[in-house]
Amino acid sequence: MKIAFTAKGTVWDSMMDPRFGRTMFIVLYDDESRTLTSFDNGVVENEAHGAGTATAQKIFELSPDVLITGNGPGSHAVQALKQMNMRIFAEAHDMTIKQAFEKYKKGELKEI
Amino acid sequence: MTNSPARIAIASGKGGTGKTTLATNLAAYIAEQEEVVLVDLDVEEPNSGLFFKGDLIHEESNFKMIPQWDEPKCTFCGLCQKVCNFHAVLQLGPTILVFPELCHSCYACSELCPTDALPMISKRTGKLSDFRINNLHFVESRLDVGEEQAVPTISKTKQYSNENYAHLRIEIYDCPPGTSCPVIEATKNADFVILITEPTPFGLHDLTLAIETMRTLKKPMGVVVNRYGIGNDAVIDYCQKENITILAKIPNSRRIAELYSSGKLIYQEIPEVKELLSNILDYCLKASKGDIE
Amino acid sequence: MKEIVIISGKGGTGKTSITASFAVLGGNNAVVADCDVDAADMHLLMQPDFDFSEDFYSGELATIDANNCIRCNKCAKVCRFGAISIRSMQYVIDPLSCEGCGYCARVCPTEAITNKNRLAGKWYISNIKTGSIMVHARLGIGADNSGKLVAKVKNEARDIAFEERKDIILVDGSPGVGCPVVSSLSGANFVVLVTEPSVSGLHDLKRVYELVKKFKIKAGCIINKSDVNPKKRDEIVGFLAEENIVHLADLPYDENFTSAMTQGQTIVEYDQNSIKTLLTSSWERIKQLVINQNHNR
Repeated sequence: MKIAFTAKGTVWDSMMDPRFGRTMFIVLYDDESRTLTSFDNGVVENEAHGAGTATAQKIFELSPDVLITGNGPGSHAVQALKQMNMRIFAEAHDMTIKQAFEKYKKGELKEI
Repeated sequence: MTNSPARIAIASGKGGTGKTTLATNLAAYIAEQEEVVLVDLDVEEPNSGLFFKGDLIHEESNFKMIPQWDEPKCTFCGLCQKVCNFHAVLQLGPTILVFPELCHSCYACSELCPTDALPMISKRTGKLSDFRINNLHFVESRLDVGEEQAVPTISKTKQYSNENYAHLRIEIYDCPPGTSCPVIEATKNADFVILITEPTPFGLHDLTLAIETMRTLKKPMGVVVNRYGIGNDAVIDYCQKENITILAKIPNSRRIAELYSSGKLIYQEIPEVKELLSNILDYCLKASKGDIE
Repeated sequence: MKEIVIISGKGGTGKTSITASFAVLGGNNAVVADCDVDAADMHLLMQPDFDFSEDFYSGELATIDANNCIRCNKCAKVCRFGAISIRSMQYVIDPLSCEGCGYCARVCPTEAITNKNRLAGKWYISNIKTGSIMVHARLGIGADNSGKLVAKVKNEARDIAFEERKDIILVDGSPGVGCPVVSSLSGANFVVLVTEPSVSGLHDLKRVYELVKKFKIKAGCIINKSDVNPKKRDEIVGFLAEENIVHLADLPYDENFTSAMTQGQTIVEYDQNSIKTLLTSSWERIKQLVINQNHNR
């Protein structure tokens, strides 16, 4: 299973980025290989418009099973993400990726 | 001499300086003598209508053009997604998604599509209403919730007024605040721009930005100082230094604030304001015809 | 770290003066973010030193290289914004009309058109008189206030607050109900609505509160110039009760707001009487509400 996080850095102790569209990085955890890979989203961060849909496109390409983010994607991004077979959890802000992952495992995050 | 109306735009660098108060009072004052049209171009927050209760004489939807996916024709080449600078078209596997609110109607995806699988269709973005109160015509547009692009609606609203009220002598535009694209669109075909400000440091700062903007557009302009008496003389000094005419100083008064707060027209209660409006109007009309400067 | 956003929907309600007062009351523990980038006025009260400044780019702008242009007119034909015209035999782009869609560049047979990032303004980090730091910006003329600059200002303020271990971020929010105000609200812990008892004040308060509700952010309200129209003031209080918004204070109509401003001061520095007391107790109340919220989570 692959889990995607919106984050400000690329390691477990990096803070979550509460923003979806303008997130600095997308971090992907593969629980079979137990590896963390990251994708720089800086190009999208600089978009004037449509950051949400552009990031949704990236998520689509990474095709995770679960997405964990902070504020929750905006309505456009949600509409795009709903096309994918993926569960989305929000309200993981003010914490590290590791903490967000723990909260997700305990079922403490809000599913969208 | 041309027959088209004199277009007077009322703008300000920041909100809350009395733009709508001036626009509604000026329009109502003119309407005592002749037919006039007031166009509310602050399409995100149209407020002028709160001051008038008139008969709705016409209503129509505002539209913009967006692409619509024609699935059978699509070869999933990915070009549409690639050419859209606004990320309004996405290809997610075997699906093309169009996000109407993000679309700028540039037609690139539609016209560059090799199989014509994205024809342009029209989509409602809001509503235009035209009211009449005796001699006063009042036109406003309101964006639907979620619509963010004010500029096409502003342009459309002006066009409606230009087409329907070309026979009048005066058109008044109540513009959105600020100095960004909506203001540019609202003022770009005005014959004269009135900038309204307050004699305070905030007022002065925002006025300098507004003046800079109008100079970029090469618009003839004048300044109305609202709530004159508070603050300091820095706005007056600045206008003199920059050689910008001060059209009127509307005195600071609690009575005016109270009338405004209840949605009442001010000049009807305070004769001094009526006289100021008359002066402002005379100057604007002369300046619009190019009789000044 | 808590983020408190002050918004008003309508301009001229005293939002910036009140935010600046809170910045003074918050002292060096509050990082300030001026997200009202269209009419950024807060710096006039905060004595910023413009310690750091950087150009801000947003969106794109087409430019035509006259040397490679073969005057085929294809670009002008596809442009839906009327941004391409011929001036003294040369094809030129009007930057105020160009939307940056890039269509012209795609159809140009000689690659004479390129899209460049559009300079949209400047942003700054300043040390301010409260002993804290302010992030602020200025949007260029005719620039598109898409919310991106707002997001930038807020994000920088968050990073600074995090690094400097400050507890509070005070955000002077954007006006209106569009994209910029959405960016101002995103991620906030508490919203202070500043309104005035007028027909348009109440109208805009209701509209902007719709947005706050969508974000599910706890809100409080300050009614400025409350004595100008007691009937409207009561209507607003009724609305606050209905929506479960904390009624923080009624501020009387007071020209000291302006007098303070002309001295480059906030009202809590200038006035030693009722307004100062009211704003100080509002600020204490807000802090309490924000902290309690934390306990409930």
